[in-house]
Amino acid sequence: MPDQVLYAIEVTLNGLMTGVMYSLVALGFVLIFKASGVFNYAQGVLALFAALTLVGLQNGQVPFAHVINATFGTNLSTFGWHLPALLAILLTAGIMVILAIIIERLVLKHLVSQAPIILFMATIGLAYFLEGLGDVMWGADIKKLDVGLPQGISDTIERVTDGWFGYGFFIDNLDIVATVVAVLLVAALTIFSQYSKQGRALRAVADDHQAALSVGISLRFIWVLVWSIAGFVALVAGIMWGTKSGVQFSLSLIALKALPVLMLGGFTSIPGAIIGGLIIGVGEKLFEFIMSSPDLAGAWFGFTIGATENWFAYVLALLFLVFRPQGLFGEKIIERV
Amino acid sequence: MLYREAGDFKTTYGEDSQTFPIRFDRMGYYVTLLVAFGVVPLVINDYWASAVFLPFLIYAIAAIGLNILVGYAGQVSLGTGGFMAVGAYAVYKLMTSFPDVPILIHVLLAGFVTAAVGVLFGLPSLRIKGFYLAVATLAAQFFLVWLFNKAPWFYNYSASGQITVPQSKMLGFYITGPQTSATAKYLFCLIILVGVAVVARNLTRGTVGRKWMAIRDMDIAAEIIGVNPLNAKLTAFAVSSFFIGIAGALFFAVYLGAAEVTEAFNIQKSFLILFMVIIGGLGSIFGSFAGAAFLVLLPVFLKNVLVGQLGWPTDLAAHLELMIVGALIVAFLIAEPHGIAQLWRLAKEKLRLWPFPH
Repeated sequence: MPDQVLYAIEVTLNGLMTGVMYSLVALGFVLIFKASGVFNYAQGVLALFAALTLVGLQNGQVPFAHVINATFGTNLSTFGWHLPALLAILLTAGIMVILAIIIERLVLKHLVSQAPIILFMATIGLAYFLEGLGDVMWGADIKKLDVGLPQGISDTIERVTDGWFGYGFFIDNLDIVATVVAVLLVAALTIFSQYSKQGRALRAVADDHQAALSVGISLRFIWVLVWSIAGFVALVAGIMWGTKSGVQFSLSLIALKALPVLMLGGFTSIPGAIIGGLIIGVGEKLFEFIMSSPDLAGAWFGFTIGATENWFAYVLALLFLVFRPQGLFGEKIIERV
Repeated sequence: MLYREAGDFKTTYGEDSQTFPIRFDRMGYYVTLLVAFGVVPLVINDYWASAVFLPFLIYAIAAIGLNILVGYAGQVSLGTGGFMAVGAYAVYKLMTSFPDVPILIHVLLAGFVTAAVGVLFGLPSLRIKGFYLAVATLAAQFFLVWLFNKAPWFYNYSASGQITVPQSKMLGFYITGPQTSATAKYLFCLIILVGVAVVARNLTRGTVGRKWMAIRDMDIAAEIIGVNPLNAKLTAFAVSSFFIGIAGALFFAVYLGAAEVTEAFNIQKSFLILFMVIIGGLGSIFGSFAGAAFLVLLPVFLKNVLVGQLGWPTDLAAHLELMIVGALIVAFLIAEPHGIAQLWRLAKEKLRLWPFPH
């Protein structure tokens, strides 16, 4: 096979893996949007907050050390212990549940029946707050997250593909793990929502708030539940992204990348979030590969452009929506006067 | 008497349909103008101009622009930062290409350029609605910022990729460049802001504004009663982008002086201005002013208290500021989702009946 095709295949594979990462964030959005109609901008920051908390717990950092030191002139930094990864993850999951309860109590409860834009703005305010809280609690420096996931280039795949094509594909081990985790997560969520009592209640609420209320489902409980699940999904996404590129502020920006994923897939569809993520991941990597390569774009158009990943996803989603306003799998929008 | 219509008789149609029908409001308006034009320029210094007054004036213009789109026409946009960048780069290209033309004309032309770009990105709004549109406008934000960052023609092939404003004079005073006095900057922005506010106020209570509001309240119903959605939505995008472009041009040319697009006009700017509109009050010109004032003053105030009074390190203060701003936004939305403008409206209702509420 010619080199360009092999490169393109490699880029496509890496794009699929990136797409899985986007889908992980998008999943949290869809869950909350379906259950409460809230367009949760804070999902990315939830992932950041979860990752920060995880690192902090693992390394035994003293929360709010910075504030305490500034106020009392002490010099605290760590408790001096190192928690095992699994325990730290469980504790963080617990904290995310507590966070969900607090959010429901303090924010959502008071905003019932407000216009969607108000709820959206409230989640942006929440995102600001959590971002500040994460920094104040655990410090703003870039942290390394290591929960024992395999990292680096997969040797096996490189060797095998080298034998087949005479060119070894570079695939990150972590991306493979992320894919497996994403598949497991979606399967678990599907089973939960199809077969458990709470899952059925969740779907009922997603279908029709009023009807769900009238058959005795507690909306407030469902909201706590769904924000907890979203917090858990955020934790998983935070672990994956944090292991990949360190726990830092830019983690919250992936939330913005998840938005075009949602638009492509439709706000209300879980498979849509996955497939949208894959399309965006592959699309932006391939587009960048073609447009920045002197052999392809350079030969065809006479120029090359770089860093298209910044906007490609949004423009693709925009063009796509012009032809199909509800996304790939979204519920058809029916308008009545 | 305080705040009464009683005794204030209107004898012409003109008087009947004026912006401030109550005499007390009218007096307040004239006094504000008098203070803004007559008193503030005499006492303003560089610190107050760059920390409070210039950001307030410029953000107020941007907030009025965005309020027309979001508050009056109901089209949520997250592309404000990108449109401001269009205004900034347009004014930069115009000023460097035609240095002899007065800057006021350049600023207005930059507004028209932005309006054209805004209409282009507004076209999908005919098909895409609600949150889908909000996300679609992110395409404008990221694409425009990327374009200005990557295409050297826009920053005149300067080595740093920054744009720096050339000096310019109007009526014998420096308006841009390092020699400009705080008073000149302030007055220039103030004049434009007053112009923008008067135009916006009169547009929104005329035919165009009513069409926008009909589209906002329910676009299909509006279409059935004879409002052309293409027309209404695109004029909203055009007028809104025009104001936002002017704000971007002033932000770069008068306030910053030199700008790097990824820093000055990033997505945070879009959110900031959207916050101003929401906190101030959707669909209210006064709200745009109030929201801009609130979000300009709050960080200055917090910084003075936390760093100046308590002596905390600046990075910690910045994080705390983020928390406080976030919490205040949420608290505000819970307490009064219709913003400061609604509080003001309620206060006026109370004032009318005071001191005999029954």
